[in-house]
Amino acid sequence: MRKTLLYSALILLSALFIAPFYWTFMTAIKSTADLYQFPPVFWPSEWHWENFAAAWNKQPFGTYLTNSLIVVVFSTIGQLISSSLVAYGFARFRFPGRDPLFIVLLATMMIPWDVKMIPLYMEFNMLGWINTLKPLIVPAYFADAFFVFLLRQYIMTVPMEIDEAARMDGANAFDIYWRIHLPLMMPALVLVGTFHFMNAWNDYLGPLIFLNDQSKYTLTLGLSMFKGLHEVDVTSIAAITVILCLPPLALFFVAQRYIMDGAVGSSVKG
Amino acid sequence: MDMTYAGAEPKVARRKRSAIARYAAPYLFISPWILGFLFFTLGPLVFSLTMSFYDWPVVGERTFVGLDNYRTMISDDPQFWESLWITVKFAAIYVPFNIIMSFFLALMLHNIRFASGFFRTAFYLPSVISGVALVTIWSWIYSKEYGLLNFMLSLVGIDGPNWLGDPNLAIVAIIIASLWGLGGTMLILLTGLKAIPKELYEAATVSGVPGWAQMLFITLPMLGPMLLFTFITSIISAFQQLTIALLLTKGGPLGSTYFFAMYIYDNAFKYFDMGYAAAGSWVMFIIVLALSLGVMRWSAAWVYYEGEVRQNDGDGHA
Repeated sequence: MRKTLLYSALILLSALFIAPFYWTFMTAIKSTADLYQFPPVFWPSEWHWENFAAAWNKQPFGTYLTNSLIVVVFSTIGQLISSSLVAYGFARFRFPGRDPLFIVLLATMMIPWDVKMIPLYMEFNMLGWINTLKPLIVPAYFADAFFVFLLRQYIMTVPMEIDEAARMDGANAFDIYWRIHLPLMMPALVLVGTFHFMNAWNDYLGPLIFLNDQSKYTLTLGLSMFKGLHEVDVTSIAAITVILCLPPLALFFVAQRYIMDGAVGSSVKG
Repeated sequence: MDMTYAGAEPKVARRKRSAIARYAAPYLFISPWILGFLFFTLGPLVFSLTMSFYDWPVVGERTFVGLDNYRTMISDDPQFWESLWITVKFAAIYVPFNIIMSFFLALMLHNIRFASGFFRTAFYLPSVISGVALVTIWSWIYSKEYGLLNFMLSLVGIDGPNWLGDPNLAIVAIIIASLWGLGGTMLILLTGLKAIPKELYEAATVSGVPGWAQMLFITLPMLGPMLLFTFITSIISAFQQLTIALLLTKGGPLGSTYFFAMYIYDNAFKYFDMGYAAAGSWVMFIIVLALSLGVMRWSAAWVYYEGEVRQNDGDGHA
């Protein structure tokens, strides 16, 4: 009886979280006639898959997609390399200043982005990087505090004896990082890669501030601009929204196991 | 584990090199972060603090004005107080709702076995998508004529209001849309619940402690560190709220959703008054920092750190 109640509540609540996705997808695929029906049509009378292609061709979404992919791929590579190197440095060495530096690293997670936004804009402006993809890629090569923290916690769980054995065999610090810890942290790296991919793919404020030219837009910025111009073209907006949601959703389902179990525990619990 | 190294150098040569490497190595490994910290965090912080004491247009002459930016903001700029008040209102509703709802969802998920993975995923899904997509979806749900929400309301005989057009309702609409993304908070609390030793409940049940008392004296105290963490991250994200308001209501109607972050954004990128905007961002930073520290201090009264849950890095509490 209690379980039945619990499950009914959960089904009802989860519907609230899923229904908007369903609704968006159906909006994208409906015919125009179905779109303005009242009461709304929950199951379209015809399936218009060509809506997707039509929407895609209304603006240079192909260019936006290319830009998004460039940003996501290159910044993810940078994030994986830099964060794992730094995490290894903090996890496996004793050196003067380590603990204060690590506290500083943790503290940087608390700084609101707004404080950095304006000077970063000025900084990139001086470097001539405004209206290029660089501001969205280069910082990823300098390690993110949250990911460093997560990976460091992960490395700490590996027994020190393994490092020592390798050192006996003549491996240097980099060998140990490259051949032992990198393979061992694969699950955590998948997690970092997934989270970073999603952040970079979903980012709106970065592109909004650093990019001006339509040919440089990422998909999120492209969609928001399209939406501003063609408010009434609901079908196309829905279709692009579906396309925008697909990669992170797909990635989420692939990496779900890591996200649901590993992520939160190792990063938060300490 | 494969630990054989093909082509290892002779040991003597290695040892010589390693003497220098031993001191430099750790700094080399963490150098990406140190450089990034200097260029993308500390530099910008110092830069924006400096800017906040200047009249600093994007192009043209900049002049030192001391504390004038702050003074003008506090005594002469009604928009500063209005946007701050809207943000505080938003945070005051969003933060508790975010935590309480996440807590109850996590509690429900913790108590089921069958299909728990499905429900967990369902609640987390909205957190995976872009704010732009989220806003697009919600703008239709809220639509007065064709919106899903008003259709649902009409089924129970309520004539749906104009959610995004009514100054009193627009902020409610933004709160609901933001709460749709509570999956991350829920996951953290769920992990916390799972970490509570079952023996505690067993012992309590054997001693005849009723369920509500177990909740009050076991679950909540044991979950303390996680609740504190979500409390602070929720405050930070509430104050930084920008994307949803920028795209869903553009600050309107009648400025009713003109958040503090949008006020900073407009000063910088609409009026190009970088110094004034920088001053605004420092006001936000100080408020967020003060709130976080306040919550942490207050939490000493209710957060209980058990040995194994204790943060082992000495990062402030313990």
